[in-house]
Amino acid sequence: MELLLVLILGLLYAAGVYLILRRSMVKLLLGIMLLGNGANILIFVLGKITKGSPPVINEAYKVFQEIYADPIPQALILTAIVISFGLTSFAIVLLKRVYALVDSDDLDDLNTPEEEDI
Amino acid sequence: MKSAILQTATRYLLPILLLFSFFLLLRGHYYPGGGFVGGLVASIAFVLHSFANGTENTMKILRYKPLSLIPIGLGISAVSVTFPLLFGLPPMTGLWFEEPIPVIGMIGSALFFDLGVYLVVIGVVLTILFTIALND
Amino acid sequence: MLFTVLTGLITSSLLVPFGKLMKTKWSVLLPFIPVILFLFYLWHVPVVANGTNVIQHLAWVPSLGVNFDFRLDGLSLLFALLITGIGTAIFFYGRSYLKGHIYFDRFFAYLLLFMSAMLGVVLSNNILTLFVFWELTSISSFFLIGFNNDSKESRNSALTALSITGLGGFFLLAGLVLAGNIAGTFIISELFAQHDKLVNHSLYPLIIGLVFIGAFTKSAQFPFHFWLPGAMKAPTPVSAYLHSATMVKAGIYLLARFTPILGNTELWNTTLLIVGGFTMVFAAIHALFRTDLKSILAYSTISALGILTFLLGLGTTEAFIAASVFILVHALYKATLFMVTGIIDHETHTRDLTKLGGLRKVLMPVFIAAVLAALSSAGLPSTFGFIGKDLIYEATLHYHHNWAIWLTALAVITNIGLVAAGFMAGIKPFTGKLPQAFEQVHLPYKSMWIPPLILAVLGLVFGIFPGITGDYFNHQTAIAIAGENLEMELKMWHGFNTVFILSLATLATGTIVYFLNKPSEAKLRAIEQFNHISPQYIITKIGAGIKQMSAWYTNVFHNGYLRSYHIKIILFAELLLGYKLWLGGPVRIDYANLTPLSWYEFGIAAILLGAMYLIVTTRSRLTAVVSTSVIGYCICLMFVFYSAPDLAMTQFTIDTLTTVLFVLVLYKLPPFINFTSRGVPIRDAIVALGFGIIISLIALRVLYEPNSTAISDFYGENAYLLAKGKNVVNVILVDFRGMDTMFETVVLSIAALGVYSLIKLRLKSSEKE
Repeated sequence: MELLLVLILGLLYAAGVYLILRRSMVKLLLGIMLLGNGANILIFVLGKITKGSPPVINEAYKVFQEIYADPIPQALILTAIVISFGLTSFAIVLLKRVYALVDSDDLDDLNTPEEEDI
Repeated sequence: MKSAILQTATRYLLPILLLFSFFLLLRGHYYPGGGFVGGLVASIAFVLHSFANGTENTMKILRYKPLSLIPIGLGISAVSVTFPLLFGLPPMTGLWFEEPIPVIGMIGSALFFDLGVYLVVIGVVLTILFTIALND
Repeated sequence: MLFTVLTGLITSSLLVPFGKLMKTKWSVLLPFIPVILFLFYLWHVPVVANGTNVIQHLAWVPSLGVNFDFRLDGLSLLFALLITGIGTAIFFYGRSYLKGHIYFDRFFAYLLLFMSAMLGVVLSNNILTLFVFWELTSISSFFLIGFNNDSKESRNSALTALSITGLGGFFLLAGLVLAGNIAGTFIISELFAQHDKLVNHSLYPLIIGLVFIGAFTKSAQFPFHFWLPGAMKAPTPVSAYLHSATMVKAGIYLLARFTPILGNTELWNTTLLIVGGFTMVFAAIHALFRTDLKSILAYSTISALGILTFLLGLGTTEAFIAASVFILVHALYKATLFMVTGIIDHETHTRDLTKLGGLRKVLMPVFIAAVLAALSSAGLPSTFGFIGKDLIYEATLHYHHNWAIWLTALAVITNIGLVAAGFMAGIKPFTGKLPQAFEQVHLPYKSMWIPPLILAVLGLVFGIFPGITGDYFNHQTAIAIAGENLEMELKMWHGFNTVFILSLATLATGTIVYFLNKPSEAKLRAIEQFNHISPQYIITKIGAGIKQMSAWYTNVFHNGYLRSYHIKIILFAELLLGYKLWLGGPVRIDYANLTPLSWYEFGIAAILLGAMYLIVTTRSRLTAVVSTSVIGYCICLMFVFYSAPDLAMTQFTIDTLTTVLFVLVLYKLPPFINFTSRGVPIRDAIVALGFGIIISLIALRVLYEPNSTAISDFYGENAYLLAKGKNVVNVILVDFRGMDTMFETVVLSIAALGVYSLIKLRLKSSEKE
């Protein structure tokens, strides 16, 4: 049901944006992940969704005999999911290190005091 | 988080899951599956094992650092990409054995490429998780 | 020729390690660098005088057309001789002037750098290398002007000079590149043939406009003139070198060089005439009101540069001859006067004209040099200046338009001012009664007063035997400026004609002005009342405005808060996308094409929305993480429903691993703290919802459009036929787009390495806060 997916992706985007506007680093990271999920669904929906016919050719034939789901968005999303894991893990570890150094989850604590006389 | 049930279970789960992951890898060209999924399932198997028995023990089973899987995997992919060059074909040309092999099916350069991806994924995931787990 | 350019650069950098040594008596070696270079160019004089151009080519960045092409013709040679010749005088002079200064080595490093850059400018046969050297002169002169870097005024002047000349350089580059592109070559000697093509091109006015800005800023033409008086904060040897003979003449050199390429049009000539004419009169009058010796010289220099621009604007053969002679005339007497001023300043520690007087009694040889220079500047018959002035009057009188008489009048007024200014700088400090304070003044080192004396005497020698310089240098210079052959013979005596009468009249009036004009503080202040409409004031105001604006901009846009950056980026995207959506008309939905909705999808969606609500509102970190993974699993189920088994499997495993990762790392962190005040979340929620709605609308709009499936069909049909695979997604990943996958694994590996090194990296305790 496209409309439902459109609603979900819109809300995923909204939630993601809302979270990256927070001061907490963890929320920032969660927001980025939600945005990623939203983008994946967006790509997925735009590729015309189909039910019950995966892009796998039937064993007996060499080409598709009937309608099948668009494989390109799927390949794109698959790549995106795996890459986002790399991103997330790096971000999590970065966050951990920052937390160890600054002892705070607050992004504002990362700001160095400005030199007023510059 | 050490429980006897989980420890016993993982002892059998690890080989089964690994076998399953390898199965996913091999049949990826025909059915859902492939290097990415296979590699991820295999990593989950190891992660599960490390949860039950401790990361040190899992590392012992692995023998080598997971980091070393990354260059091996990249190397296999790169070789399968450049292999056709030896026959004067453009890189990435699919090369296949004439006859299918039972159970596995057709074997070709694409499978080796996927094998490389599989190894890289295992290497990456385990490197990330284990370095974090071991250095807390 | 390359070596002459490089010598300075290399020795300049050698002064870094050997600077200490040069502060001792070894510094005597320094002046020999310009001496050698001077002799080198002197040796080329007979060759060039025959009309031969020496050309040297060395590839540098051939792919961009930037090469070391050097070319020595009459114009280049005259400038090269001035640069190295006056450079020699300055090096001897400066060595004594700055003896014992703590930055003695630094000074000569800058000076050498500057000399090389100048040589590069005048020798370059490639307009891009010319530009590179041009910028180098700006930068090295910045260091020289700001040499007394503990004085705020000095620093400010250096900055003004740099920003004006640097800005000009920027315009110049644009102009040069445009011209080069249109002509299809960056080689100056090849550009000569492209004159017609360039002049008739529709972009011609733009090109010369840009080149003019470059030249005028460098040569201190109105309205960019004000940096030059400011630059007098530099040590006097620098003023003598940069602001009399060399750097400021680079703009003149540029104009002269490009006269045969871009010149000889109404637009070119008229602009130069107006700018040059205004500058020369304006500056000549201004010079009379100054009380500071160097300030007088600065304004008279601006005026002289104005004359040169004016002469190039006349564009007649006679004008080119006059320009070629006047460059040399001016360099000789102005360098002398500057050096004399330097000696006075060095010995009496003042440059105030109202306080100085009678110095002839104590500084006799300096007085001789000064008088000779002042007379040359005044154009007394038998000095070189006389010949220069004659040629100028001849050029204006014989101008082919009806304006000849007016142009001549302008030239006369300017010269009257210059006569008086020359006397003020060269004679006034030495005549009259010697104040008691200066009775102890004694002659400085020989190396300080001999160079100006030599230059001044040269002015006399050339005046009596103008044939020497005329045949050997100026003839070829004028040919190079005109771009065609011309006849020229310099004579001391032209006969008793209009020009001669004008010359004498100028001299007489100038002398009267000198005696009548008593510069004083009061007059200076009266003049300064007009400062608020001067270009300097306006540009300073603009500069302050820009500073204020950038401070405001930085505060608003670069405030260091990540979320503030985010919200601006998102709002901007919303505006842009919203506008585009609005342009596209109403969003329509094609209900007939939708896939049916089943109850389990609805259930999944409900769980998803609940999890999302939890993430946004929860204060527990664990709840947030768990909700994220719930969302992931729900999406995974969505993939299952909509025929994407591969995606479902990948999403499932990745989601599991991400959750494990979060749990491993985050369980140690404290719960969320609510930082923000009440209003902010509401604002953020509105922005966020707006963004979500816009994205949804875009999705709907795309859905309504028929989408092209050509590529998908290709993959679907050929998956088995070409790649022997039946899972099309996998075939795309490992075969059709295998390279992309290959690089994806590389990216993943880099991420893993990043994580690995981040964890293994142990900061030293000192690096921790």
